[in-house]
Amino acid sequence: MSAAEDVVTEAPAVEAVPKRAMTLGTGTSLVVLAALIIMPVFVKNFIIFQMTMLLIYGLAVLALNILTGGSGQFSLGQSAFYAVGAYTTAVLMEHFNVNYALTLPIAGVVCFGFGFLFGQPALRLSGVYLALATFALATAMPQLLKLNFLEHWTGGVQGLVVTKPDAPFGLPMSQDMWLYYFSLAVVLAIYIFSVNLLRSRSGRAFMAIRDNEIAASAMGVDVALYKTLAFGVSAAITGIAGSLGAIAVQFVAPDSYTITLAISLFLGMVVGGVGWLPGSIVGAAFIIFVPNIAESISKGLSGAVFGVLLFLVIYLVPHGARQVAILGQQLAGKLRKN
Amino acid sequence: MELFTNQVLAGIATGAIYACMALAVVMIYQAIDHLNFAQGEMAMFSTFISWQLMQWGVPYWAAFVITLAFSFVAGIAIERILFKPLVKAPVLTNVAGFIALYAIINSSAGLIWDFTIKQYPTPFGSSPFLGSQLISTHQAGMIGVTVLLLLGLYFFFQYTRIGLAMRAAASVPESARLVGINTSWMIALGWGMATAIGAIAGMLIAPVVFLEPNMMGGVLIYGFAAAVLGGLTSPFGAVVGGFLVGVFENLAGTYIPGVGNELKLPIALALIISVLVVKPAGLFGRQIVKRV
Amino acid sequence: MFLERILRTTALVTAVATLTSGAALAQKKYDTGASDTEIKIGNIMPYSGPASAYGVIGKTEEAYFKMINDKGGINGRKISFVTYDDGYSPPKAVEQVRKLVESDEVLAVFNPLGTPSNSAIQKYLNAKKIPQLFVATGATKWNDPKSFPWTIGWQPSYQSEAQIYAKWLLKEKPDAKIAILYQNDDFGKDYLKGTKDGLGAKAASTIILEESYEVSEPSIDGHIVKIKAANPDVLLIYTTPKFGAQTIKKTAELGWKPLQIITNVSISIGSVMRPAGLDNAQDVLSAAYAKDGTDPQWNNDPGMKKWSEFLDKYMPGADKTDTSVVYGYGAAQTLAKVLEMCGDDLTRANIMKQASSLKDFAPDTLLPGVKINTSATDFAPISQLQMQRFKGEKWELFGEIISGDVASE
Repeated sequence: MSAAEDVVTEAPAVEAVPKRAMTLGTGTSLVVLAALIIMPVFVKNFIIFQMTMLLIYGLAVLALNILTGGSGQFSLGQSAFYAVGAYTTAVLMEHFNVNYALTLPIAGVVCFGFGFLFGQPALRLSGVYLALATFALATAMPQLLKLNFLEHWTGGVQGLVVTKPDAPFGLPMSQDMWLYYFSLAVVLAIYIFSVNLLRSRSGRAFMAIRDNEIAASAMGVDVALYKTLAFGVSAAITGIAGSLGAIAVQFVAPDSYTITLAISLFLGMVVGGVGWLPGSIVGAAFIIFVPNIAESISKGLSGAVFGVLLFLVIYLVPHGARQVAILGQQLAGKLRKN
Repeated sequence: MELFTNQVLAGIATGAIYACMALAVVMIYQAIDHLNFAQGEMAMFSTFISWQLMQWGVPYWAAFVITLAFSFVAGIAIERILFKPLVKAPVLTNVAGFIALYAIINSSAGLIWDFTIKQYPTPFGSSPFLGSQLISTHQAGMIGVTVLLLLGLYFFFQYTRIGLAMRAAASVPESARLVGINTSWMIALGWGMATAIGAIAGMLIAPVVFLEPNMMGGVLIYGFAAAVLGGLTSPFGAVVGGFLVGVFENLAGTYIPGVGNELKLPIALALIISVLVVKPAGLFGRQIVKRV
Repeated sequence: MFLERILRTTALVTAVATLTSGAALAQKKYDTGASDTEIKIGNIMPYSGPASAYGVIGKTEEAYFKMINDKGGINGRKISFVTYDDGYSPPKAVEQVRKLVESDEVLAVFNPLGTPSNSAIQKYLNAKKIPQLFVATGATKWNDPKSFPWTIGWQPSYQSEAQIYAKWLLKEKPDAKIAILYQNDDFGKDYLKGTKDGLGAKAASTIILEESYEVSEPSIDGHIVKIKAANPDVLLIYTTPKFGAQTIKKTAELGWKPLQIITNVSISIGSVMRPAGLDNAQDVLSAAYAKDGTDPQWNNDPGMKKWSEFLDKYMPGADKTDTSVVYGYGAAQTLAKVLEMCGDDLTRANIMKQASSLKDFAPDTLLPGVKINTSATDFAPISQLQMQRFKGEKWELFGEIISGDVASE
């Protein structure tokens, strides 16, 4: 990778994930999918709700994985796109009576545009500067949502209450269960799309940019186009996650979409394994359940316990869940040999 | 016109807060080439330590010096114990480590000292400075100390062996090792110095914003923004950046109608990003050339 | 023989009927979360995040219920207080409340804190017919029994307090020019609305500047400079404690002495007035409904003595200057009263019935003369305040107890 040693040659900030290791093997994938499908029948509504949030955050982390793990662009601003998606859905559902399912693609398109636009000025920034720019976006979003002249639509600081849909065609399942299966279907579709995207020519362009932008440019990759495209796609997926989130929580407010959310999504990506799409759900599980575990250990020090657990994870597996999966694979390989 | 001058002066006073923090940010960046999210929390914790010492009867300057020493050692300790094992890990994992450190320090401070605000003394007094009611003697003192720190850092990085060694270790670690620099300890030293500078910043800021565990949250962002605006490799730029951000923010809040007040921070950040698009290394930063 | 049998059966049936109907009156009725030995109460508080300063309210309530349990509980039942952290984030609040209801199976949710969190859970709790009792925020919208029969507030609403200030200003300083510094969130905006409503037709002419600030700003000095330039006579300070202290300090530093009125939320002597500088805080006005724990005028007050003893025993080391500690005690005492009034009928419907039937109930910590009153159409338990002026090192109450009932729209 680096040839010259007397000029600053940085190792890429984001390391490459070999293409074959991008996803789980077919067998494992099917097992996981089966588990996800059958699970709601056996558990209480509350657990189904938590699993739905797991899928939703997993989707948001997946989007970040495409952006950072795929195209090497750092983002601490995903909460902004999540918020735009959530509010798009809320406004469309509550003010214009649009069917909830229709709001998802609309939110996706709106966020794609938003992300694509943001990608333009971000072109000239990288590393820590891009981090700051995305951070700025994340902090600006709650302020923008509170603006007085938008208050009629957004509900201002009070937010908007969203109505949860019933299962269609009179299916005999609770609202929670229906929303879970709906989200599962959406997440599955986007996951398959993402895997194919990263395996396609565009995906290869992303990764070339991630590994060495200057070389990629010299090789003829339209860096500007692909970088903004990555932002757009990532924003769109995050927006759809936001839409689902708005429906699941039944409420949107500026306080729901602060920089804390962006940082959580970032942590989810790192814990899951940067660039490893299946890890997204592991990362999401971490950011949803570990704070609860930390709280049950110590209410006063829940933040500290969370920090300690996070440290433990990054010491044991600095490359995230992907490392665990690789270890598992090696173990399975050894067992098969014996 | 009077409002304008007043806001500029007030902006410089607030900007001193940001400039202080920005110096600590630049310090850590010079040492490890990353931004440390937990910088603000460490500064806050150091300030609490000094406050606690004063509660126990230790006079101000003694507490100040003890806290500085403690911060320096603590910074090195944190680096050696928590972050040295992560040196080979990817950058993003290190960033996750900073976030974890932030959570630990913030939560611990909240448990030990609770979240109500506490008064923090200033050695400079609070009377109007030179008769101007807009800048108090404390704020003037803050600006003075910041400038002193700046000069000190400038000399350190330009003219002392250790300072040069630290810069080399951060930007070209392999070459630095080849000439015998112990890069690992340079990083530890950088952490120690950054923590100590952060402590100074905290102890200067607390009299104005009042001491409580969440006091540095907002300040850190401004510190980052100021440092980036000024150029992450330039302490001078960091200080100038701090004042610029303070003044610009106040003026934006006063003169941009309608949204200026509600969007002070986003507007300031937007300004900085615009500057970066034109001058990617900040106003006074050094352009780093990257080769394939 | 046959007749005997009929008579005996009739007697038996009558006896049984009498017994059971009598017993029916004394029968115990429980909803999920209540039993012969236990009453499960749920709560969410921001123990972490931007509003973590209020987490101590939850801790105080937990300690209070422990004290009740040590004394034998309520009607022989121990209170099991389950409290979770929501980090002041609405999605997290929803998750935690669902956990309380569906996993922990609590009888009622008590004193959840924060307008955003409560807005998020209101529809869910009302749909599930679970009491959302004594909500810990002053937003006016909790007094709406028609639309949300399961939600009831506790503290005086921000709008009623603001209206009290507005009406006082109209009376005492009708020609004043007013500037308002407010926090740009539901809290500040509620106060702003209350002020404007209270000033009525004169609002447009008397309010010369409305200046908002964000919680994320480290220091609001710049805002004060701007306000001073507009030269108002009156400054309404609708801020949380930290910013209230900064404001009072800054106006003094600028050598500017408008009439300053600060919200009840930021009246703590120890947490606001002292850091701001006691000299600087002279003649600041506010209003109160509860006693200040550090005010020496309550040293011999039986209610505050009980409060102080409670703290010494169950929360040693607690910060007595923190108004949250007084708040938590008062709210918990109100819940204890309601549960006691329920007797053996611990159904959720009865809890709401008792909560809306409080007559002149005076917890230990409320000002003398301020009483809790609720009814089927009045879901605002405390709606009285008394104005006070900061003199020397303490607050001096003046005037009468004013009622500021504002119904939700």
